[in-house]
Amino acid sequence: MACYLTTGKHMGFYVSFGTVLLLLAITAPLALSFGFGGAMAARSPFAPLSWLGKTYIAIVRGVPDIAFFLFFVIALDQGIEVLRHYAKCPDWPDTIRQGNDFIVCQQAKMPLGAAPQWVHETYGFMIAVFTFAIVFGAFAANVIFGAMRAVPKAQLETAEAYGMTRRQTFWRIVVPQMWVYALPGLGNLWMVLIKATPLLFLLGVEDIVYWARELGGTKTPRFTDYPHGDWRMWYFLVLLVFYLGFTRVSEIVLDRIMRRLTKGQATAAGEAQRKAAA
Amino acid sequence: MKNLIMTSAALALTAGMALADGHSVVRMGTEGAYAPWNFLNDAGEVDGFERELGDELCARAELTCEWVTNEWDSIIPNLVSGNYDTIIAGMSITDERDEVIDFTQEYTPADPTSFAALSTDVDPAAGVVAAQTGTIQAAYIADQGWTLVEFATPEETLAAVRAGEADAVFADDSFLAAALEGQEELVMLEQQVTLGGGVGMGIRESDTELKDAFNAAITSMKEDGSLNALIEKWEVASTFE
Repeated sequence: MACYLTTGKHMGFYVSFGTVLLLLAITAPLALSFGFGGAMAARSPFAPLSWLGKTYIAIVRGVPDIAFFLFFVIALDQGIEVLRHYAKCPDWPDTIRQGNDFIVCQQAKMPLGAAPQWVHETYGFMIAVFTFAIVFGAFAANVIFGAMRAVPKAQLETAEAYGMTRRQTFWRIVVPQMWVYALPGLGNLWMVLIKATPLLFLLGVEDIVYWARELGGTKTPRFTDYPHGDWRMWYFLVLLVFYLGFTRVSEIVLDRIMRRLTKGQATAAGEAQRKAAA
Repeated sequence: MKNLIMTSAALALTAGMALADGHSVVRMGTEGAYAPWNFLNDAGEVDGFERELGDELCARAELTCEWVTNEWDSIIPNLVSGNYDTIIAGMSITDERDEVIDFTQEYTPADPTSFAALSTDVDPAAGVVAAQTGTIQAAYIADQGWTLVEFATPEETLAAVRAGEADAVFADDSFLAAALEGQEELVMLEQQVTLGGGVGMGIRESDTELKDAFNAAITSMKEDGSLNALIEKWEVASTFE
């Protein structure tokens, strides 16, 4: 039994948990910064920038995740290769599209065809991170955009009365106070992001779902030392426990952050906190 | 005779040069879920008939090859967009696929496809048949006008019959024979159908050099009998005459 759980395949399974956690660890801050950037752009008094921000939010929010993942990743990958192709092989005689085939010169391949497998996997992973960040960044932008507008008007007027510039008001008054309004929405997004990680599998990254399916599948004695029946249910049960545990821990942490942010805020919860302390 | 050797040597040389220019590493795409053709062994590496065959072909064509797994569903789109250079995944040569990609000559002959069910008296024409999506088996059932349910992986087609979701599963005889080994639940039906034009390697249409290199390697394996020996070892198909 101990041997069974330490086969190379199982090691792949354990490592894939790390892959998922790493994806979350990189994607969350990246998506947040995309969201912040998107919200700032959408609020901008400069019209084209504001359109850009609003278009980003509307388009990405409106397209189904799966369609976005299937289309955008291939488009991004091929787009990078086309750009590299024009930069590195300017006198390539053939066209890139030949019937069904997509052909760029070997030097333009991303990553290079000769690169070891781990480079290919890392590249695939980075594309996945970027795609997740764009999708969740749009939702985050919408949340943050709303939160910035929820900061009480009186606060902004007071700031103006003190002679603060627009920029000062934004960074010193709006940004510190908006988090309390943004957190419930962002917390939700975090939960959805955790549950969206199995989409990695769609992008060709070997994640926990891939391995659970592979390991749980029926094995006949001819091809393995550890034959077994259809054990997919048990492997997926492990995933269930993992996801439930992870979301529970997230809930607890988010609650703590919320309590911390509420402190001294001009909201009902902040008022209640003040009264309880007094 | 001497002339022949000279020409073939010259051909081999030019082919070698052209390949050195085109492919420093040939990436071999497979599914890794279709024993005995291709599967992941306990160490998590690609194994099976096609692993052994592919390594031998690469050695004969003097190519450096690397193995990549990809979902069956998207195995052709990822080939044409250049994520790997060949498909070696028990893929039968059909006219529909040939419109999108090219095939090498077949490395196993066209072989019977079988049904497996919970009992031998099931009539596939009257019931629900499970098959893997995008396979010649799925296309055949649909053409017959029978009731078809498709699944993304071979494993799920078997599970569907065990769970009673489908009455029979329709797949390559060699795959079913291996999957049914050592269990009593599912049995093979007597009815068999021969489909497709044998199994070949899928290669991009523009990649003619690579196709020629693998064709030459397959021919040489057919001629010295090593291909038949491999087919017998893994019990994937009937042998070539």
